Amino acid sequence: MSGLYLPKEYLAILLFIVLGVGFGVVTLWIGQFFRMKRPYFEKLVAYESGNPPTDEPRMRFSVKFYLIAILFIVFDVEAIYLYSWALVYDKLGMFALVEMFIFIALLLVGYFYGWKKGALQWEK
Amino acid sequence: MIIQAIFIVMTLCTLGGAVGVVSSRNLFHSALYLILSFFGVAGYYVLLSAGFLAVIQLMVYIGAIAILILFAIMFSRESAMNSAKESQANRQRWLGLPVAMGLFISLIAVIIPVNWPIQQTAPTTDMVRDLGVAFLTSYLIPFEVVSVLLSVALIGAVMLAREENPPVKETK
Repeated sequence: MSGLYLPKEYLAILLFIVLGVGFGVVTLWIGQFFRMKRPYFEKLVAYESGNPPTDEPRMRFSVKFYLIAILFIVFDVEAIYLYSWALVYDKLGMFALVEMFIFIALLLVGYFYGWKKGALQWEK
Repeated sequence: MIIQAIFIVMTLCTLGGAVGVVSSRNLFHSALYLILSFFGVAGYYVLLSAGFLAVIQLMVYIGAIAILILFAIMFSRESAMNSAKESQANRQRWLGLPVAMGLFISLIAVIIPVNWPIQQTAPTTDMVRDLGVAFLTSYLIPFEVVSVLLSVALIGAVMLAREENPPVKETK
């Protein structure tokens, strides 16, 4: 395992994770020795801004949300490539610019397809 | 020492999460185990000094794809979330076994003969910059194919999500 190397800047993240998880676990663990445990019906009802819940929480969501989520992921992934491209495009010049325009143009085909099909419309 | 401890924790996250995905009775819990598994892989990327990939793993896989999977479970029929009575394997389990074993053996056959170089020092150049150069020069075709793939995903989602006959029971 001598080949493993951990850069020092990640130690802060490690500390953050350990403290974050530790704080949550330890406070809940210590808390159970002090808190009272007397559940009754009103306490166990899901809190909805003071209103009694009207429906089951496990209901079917509209599939339109899925479309929005997929749209988000597609352009999220595109941003990864844009980021790595943006770091080097000044070195590679016009070539890289044309490449990225082709990349985005191919993506826009799908985008305009969705647009024309009314996927961006939120009709009820 | 500390790195070995991190490696072991990350391996437990990755493998334990993966086992949880396939063994959990509740589909929603499976998706949460998947997030744990993704997190372990992000830890591997950090150990491999690939910070950019680790951030992407966190932001895209955990932040977007896992959430999309959770969404997809919520779109599905209600019984899918609590399928305690249903069998976890479907009718094609005996077909799936040789396929999975064949894939495993061929992956091992590819991985074992490769000589994996280990460097004692950290990479000095900017990895993200190298990645960008590689995308735009030697891996140009895969780079553009990614764009086509994303476009296909978009068109496929539009096709799937368009409802010819909207269901009666639906939330706003």
